[in-house]
Amino acid sequence: MPEWVLFWTVGPIMVAASLTLLFARKAVHVAAGIVVVMVGLAAFYIQMEAPFLGLVQIIVYTGAVMMLFLFVLMLVGVDQRESLKETISAQRWIAFFGAAGFATLVSTTVLRVTIPHGSLTATNNAGNPNVVANEIFSNFVLVMEILGLLLITAAVGAIVLTQVPKLAPPRTQRVRSEERVKHHLNPVNKPMPGVYARHNALDIPALGPDGKAIESSVSRVLKARHQAKDGTQWRAGIEDKEAGDA
Amino acid sequence: MLSITWLAIAAPLASAALLLIGGRWLDRWGHWLGVVASGATVVFGIGAFVGLLSRAAGDRAVETRLFEWIPGSTLHVDASLLLDPLSVSFLLLVGVVGTLIHVYSVAYMADDPRRRTFFAYLNLFVAAMLLLVLANSYLLLFVGWEGVGLSSYLLIGFWNHKPEFASAANKAFVVNRVGDVGFIIALGLMFSRLGAVDFTGVFAAAPTASTGVLTAIGLMLLLAACGKSAQFPLQSWLGDAMAGPTPVSALIHAATMVTAGVYLVVRSAPIYAGAPTALLVVAIVGAITLLFGAIVGMAKDDIKKVLAASTISQIGYMMLAAGLGPVGYAFAIFHLITHGFFKAGLFLGAGSVMHGMDDQVDMRRFGGLSTLMRITWVTMGLGWLAILGVPPFSGFWSKDRIIEAAFVGEGIKPWLLGGVALVGAGLTAYYMSRLFFMTFHGRQRWTEGQHPHEAPALMTVPMVLLAVGSAAAGLALAAGNSFTTWLEPVTGARIEDSPVLPTPLIMTLTLTLVALGIGAAYVQYVSRPVPVKAPVASIATIAARKDLFQDVVNAAVFQYPGQYITRMLVFVDATAVDGAVNGVGAGTARLGEFIRRFQSGRVRSYAAVMLIGVLIVAVLVVKGGA
Amino acid sequence: MNPFDPVLPMNPMNYVVLASILFSIGAAAVLLRRNAIIAFMGVELMLNASNLVFVAFSRSLNQVTGQVFAFLVMVVAAAEVVVGLAIIVAVFRSRQSISLDEPAEMKG
Repeated sequence: MPEWVLFWTVGPIMVAASLTLLFARKAVHVAAGIVVVMVGLAAFYIQMEAPFLGLVQIIVYTGAVMMLFLFVLMLVGVDQRESLKETISAQRWIAFFGAAGFATLVSTTVLRVTIPHGSLTATNNAGNPNVVANEIFSNFVLVMEILGLLLITAAVGAIVLTQVPKLAPPRTQRVRSEERVKHHLNPVNKPMPGVYARHNALDIPALGPDGKAIESSVSRVLKARHQAKDGTQWRAGIEDKEAGDA
Repeated sequence: MLSITWLAIAAPLASAALLLIGGRWLDRWGHWLGVVASGATVVFGIGAFVGLLSRAAGDRAVETRLFEWIPGSTLHVDASLLLDPLSVSFLLLVGVVGTLIHVYSVAYMADDPRRRTFFAYLNLFVAAMLLLVLANSYLLLFVGWEGVGLSSYLLIGFWNHKPEFASAANKAFVVNRVGDVGFIIALGLMFSRLGAVDFTGVFAAAPTASTGVLTAIGLMLLLAACGKSAQFPLQSWLGDAMAGPTPVSALIHAATMVTAGVYLVVRSAPIYAGAPTALLVVAIVGAITLLFGAIVGMAKDDIKKVLAASTISQIGYMMLAAGLGPVGYAFAIFHLITHGFFKAGLFLGAGSVMHGMDDQVDMRRFGGLSTLMRITWVTMGLGWLAILGVPPFSGFWSKDRIIEAAFVGEGIKPWLLGGVALVGAGLTAYYMSRLFFMTFHGRQRWTEGQHPHEAPALMTVPMVLLAVGSAAAGLALAAGNSFTTWLEPVTGARIEDSPVLPTPLIMTLTLTLVALGIGAAYVQYVSRPVPVKAPVASIATIAARKDLFQDVVNAAVFQYPGQYITRMLVFVDATAVDGAVNGVGAGTARLGEFIRRFQSGRVRSYAAVMLIGVLIVAVLVVKGGA
Repeated sequence: MNPFDPVLPMNPMNYVVLASILFSIGAAAVLLRRNAIIAFMGVELMLNASNLVFVAFSRSLNQVTGQVFAFLVMVVAAAEVVVGLAIIVAVFRSRQSISLDEPAEMKG
């Protein structure tokens, strides 16, 4: 396929997707848009005879970095709707003129020059990853090592930053059990589904030895949310012999 | 012998420092240390005198370099002493009179708990005065000049627990300061126009300098002399300076400090030689002051104030003589020496009278003391006759010569100056006789419970010695014109000009006026009873009692305008200068407040600014490269 | 020879122009969005745009150096995302909010 077809198809899609960054309300939409941009970029890389880089783009950037973004989004509140009303005066104008100005400046300056149509087919003779690897391990070894150091530092830093200092000793099982006894609560576990139960989901009550449902086996949260089921269809079907006889 | 004369300054200076720092354990014998230090100056003075005498008459200007004082390139001044007849005469005068007054003060200040400090100040004064007269440059002289001003301030305000005494000291210092401005301007003119400040350099450059410069320097030096010697128009401080203890009045305000002005004028003879206008002004100032002092002295009832007015008048005579040029320089100094003796003697006598009358100063409360205070009566009598100019006492030899010299000249000048000098002689006779008769003769007008008694020996002996000087010094110095010849290397050769009136006529006129003055005072104050309260009198008397309104004039012309200017300047300083300085600070603070508003704390604003910065840099890069 | 060689050759500068557009959109997003995570995504977009430029020039100049650089940039971007998100989580823990307008302690 001629290159320009790929360019002029994927290019506008990428620009449109990146505009969600500016205009979408929900953060998850923005993340989706960025993923589209990154995949498009991977397509470009492969087109430009850098297949290794294109695959790394998908695996690392889209697969790891964006997923990381989504995880954190879940953590901090995925359904926050952001109001698009701007609070700082003139911020919109500065952003618009700054960004548009920069793009115009770079574009017009750059379009005055022509660069040659190169081709990496010859260089990639031994295979693109091989060539890239040769380049890294001969000319950029020191950089690579330092970047390794950087990654380690980043990982350690992330752990340190998200550490919550312990303010009290951990509540072990023993401590919890002692408290239950002290407060006259039920010291044993919650009831198991029971011998006669036919279902062990959280929202189906457990059955006692008499076949009746034990109410305390379903979490009261589920009850409050009206997500608990009464589970009559999974009762054991035990007949009460004494009740059956006359 | 001559090279160690600087010890004459160092000894009293060291003694003063020791007495001030020494503390109370020096109280018992500190005053004797002061007396010994003062006596040492006499020893060095005699040594210097003998040393000069042993040289030939033309070789009697000895400069002793002490140390390099200002090692500049254009202004290079060494601290040196100049020993010549004029300075050694003063050295002896200050030494002898000073030591006698030191001895007197031992007894006079016996009851004062701060006597040690008093002697420290007296020694300081002696050191400064000797530095003044022995300096070889105007700059070093000025150091001594300021030193005597300081000592005068300290001594006048010695009893500063009384506010009026403290303000009298302030007045003396401030009026002196006005004169000092003249001195500083003269120093500046000397340095810029004549290129030197030491005597040798100035006097060498004087003949070739322009008359205008010399006149300016002469007038400025006259202003300085008026301040220090209490001449018109800066005479107002001397009367109030009597607030100090009597030995202070005797030493400083009779014999030595107030004569420093005359010394300055006589020393600057080469400058005045090229500025006849300035010299004439000196003579006129002397004549005016002469009459001023005499008029004021006629009406005062405070014995010390009469003597102060008399000092003003007598120094007027000296200034008049100095203003006559080479004709009168030597006589000015002669009269200065004799005046030193008899005026100091008169002041010490007044102190003795006050001591015997429980510190009473009102002469209307004296009377009939001649029998009870014999020694004082005799010594003061000798001083009285000397100041009147009665032969053969010392005043006759010096004052008469001045009156004669005043009659020398052309045109109306000798008649005016001579006439004023004659009239002044008569007035002097009148008021000094008034003082003498009111104090010692007539009826006893004492207050209740007064027991007048003679002073102790430590006080009477100096008085006697000074009386001997008053009586005999004039004759001794005038014999064979020895004193004027001795001074010739400094004052120039004696000029034998004849006065417009023949000399015997002048002498007769003088003595007649003196006799008339004595007679008038006798009639008024011995024959008639003296009222105890000052009687209501004519306008002239009232004016004279008020020092011819000198304080009113000073206040109106100088004090109030000066204070007004000061207040205005303070206002300008507080609003304009402080406003400008504080305004810079306030402006900077406001600028900071303005810039502070850019720190909003919001990340996105900072990001916006960064984006704009990036854009600007990009534009510059593109423009630079294109 | 690539059978898909262009019939109509395309100006390689187009990639650079596209990259500049993406970059400016990312910059605008950093300025305009209040959600910290969305602003961070704008930063990622900017990094990606510069990667595109690197690769375009690498192909144009027949060198793999540009690709190497792009690869290193990716590594750095990954590390940066890790630390940045950790910071956002920590801030969220203490403030319960990830708005970029709220922390204004540096005011004044």
